[in-house]
Amino acid sequence: MMSPFLFWFFALMTLIFGAAVVINRNPVASALSLVVSFLGLSALFMSLNAYFVGIIQVLVYAGAVMVLFLFIIMLLNLQAEEQRRINTLASAGGIGVAIILLIQIAVTIGRFEAARQTFPPLSASTTDDVRNIGAALFRNYNLPFQIVGVLVLVATVGVVLLSKREPR
Amino acid sequence: MDFAFVVTSLLKIVGILVVILTMVSYAVYAERRVSAFIQDRLGPNRVGPAGVFQPVADMFKLLLKEDFTPRAANTFYYWLAPCLAVMPAIITIAVVPFGSTLFGVPMVIADVNIGILFVFAIASLGVYGIVIGGWASNSKYPFLGGIRSSAQMLSYELSLGLAVIPVFLLVGNLRLTSVVRYQIEHGWFILPFVGDWTNPWKWLLAVPMIISFLVFMIAMFAETNRLPFDLPEAEQELAGGYNTEYSSMKFALYFLGEYAAMITGSAIIVTLFFGGWHFPGIPDGSHGWIFGLINIAVFFTKVSLMIFIFMWVRWTLPRFRYDQLMRLGWLFFFEIALVNIFVVAAILAYAGI
Repeated sequence: MMSPFLFWFFALMTLIFGAAVVINRNPVASALSLVVSFLGLSALFMSLNAYFVGIIQVLVYAGAVMVLFLFIIMLLNLQAEEQRRINTLASAGGIGVAIILLIQIAVTIGRFEAARQTFPPLSASTTDDVRNIGAALFRNYNLPFQIVGVLVLVATVGVVLLSKREPR
Repeated sequence: MDFAFVVTSLLKIVGILVVILTMVSYAVYAERRVSAFIQDRLGPNRVGPAGVFQPVADMFKLLLKEDFTPRAANTFYYWLAPCLAVMPAIITIAVVPFGSTLFGVPMVIADVNIGILFVFAIASLGVYGIVIGGWASNSKYPFLGGIRSSAQMLSYELSLGLAVIPVFLLVGNLRLTSVVRYQIEHGWFILPFVGDWTNPWKWLLAVPMIISFLVFMIAMFAETNRLPFDLPEAEQELAGGYNTEYSSMKFALYFLGEYAAMITGSAIIVTLFFGGWHFPGIPDGSHGWIFGLINIAVFFTKVSLMIFIFMWVRWTLPRFRYDQLMRLGWLFFFEIALVNIFVVAAILAYAGI
């Protein structure tokens, strides 16, 4: 449980830097904004005592995926991207779709019985969330977990095969 | 959130920060002395007795130099990058237990249940400092250094992560204080001579543990950009790599980051494989504050010895070629670490320890 001040701080950090991803014209700045946004999101997870999910957010997304993104972006010609003009019609359409989605989510959640009740505050939990996630994955859902693992492996092999240049 | 907790935490943070920063400046001095010793030179010996005030002189030199920003550089990111290089290295130390207890206060800043994952997560952010620095300088050699660094760090993070899994198979918990507690009861992972040391399975387990330790240490060399893996800054190829365009205090921050990463890396190796603050025969801090202090001293002595090994390796081995580095990481260490996990799991299942 953390103080409301920290919640608002990290929530605003996530949202502002999330918006900055779209608004920034420089792709490197966008990528770095996404990293900061992920850090805020991970702090929000941790405030719910979900330390494992929070840290995996940083480890996988901020630490590995975004480094690869940055790796690719830096090899591009950024000047051309920065000078591209904003298409007014397209951005208006995008904002419209976003607003419709927001209204839809608000209406759907408003219909849920559970969403209208106030939740009791989280007690200082003594359970080990890493242990709980491990037990859930490897005891209750072991078979689906293994199947997902095989699927990801197949996808990886496929990507390697597709991107490999044939020697001629 | 009580008052005593806040005060002791602040004291611990300030204390560890002072210790780490002092260690960094003296690690630079030690590096120069050790390299001189290995190459049969004298090294810095003019400033003060045997040159012990050299770090102070170095600090003034770096502070007083002109802080030069290249015109073509992307100023904001150029300033941001050195900070990003230092912060992760120093944040990581927060979860490492550097002593038992002192006046009943546990000597670890944050004893979180995701200990080692926190270390990996924050350490993986360290690559941004180098990549952004290389990119923002807007210059060829730093850029190549940054690109090399990101590929190298991503490759070796896998070996790093896989190498510690055997440790946690035994401990059954990601908390770093539990790792130390386990080693006090059952013996250090690579030298199991306390606790139930007559058990032959324990000694059999020490073999995969030593392999695990070697893979972890070598991956740590790569993560901290130290020779034989200092491809990102290879002087002869890249004229200094990602920090070529940096001068004065910004260059010093990169230097600080590298040495701080080395110190926290050593601290993690000591915690995982050498029993942390434990030394056989010395009780923990609950037996009196003097033992608490001795525990802290033991920990930092072990860390210093580990740093010496880092330096010894740096000045003994030549640099790898880039393709050799990648092949070594992906085709050798990765496989060894993977097989090692199965070996440890098999021993554990068979012996039922």
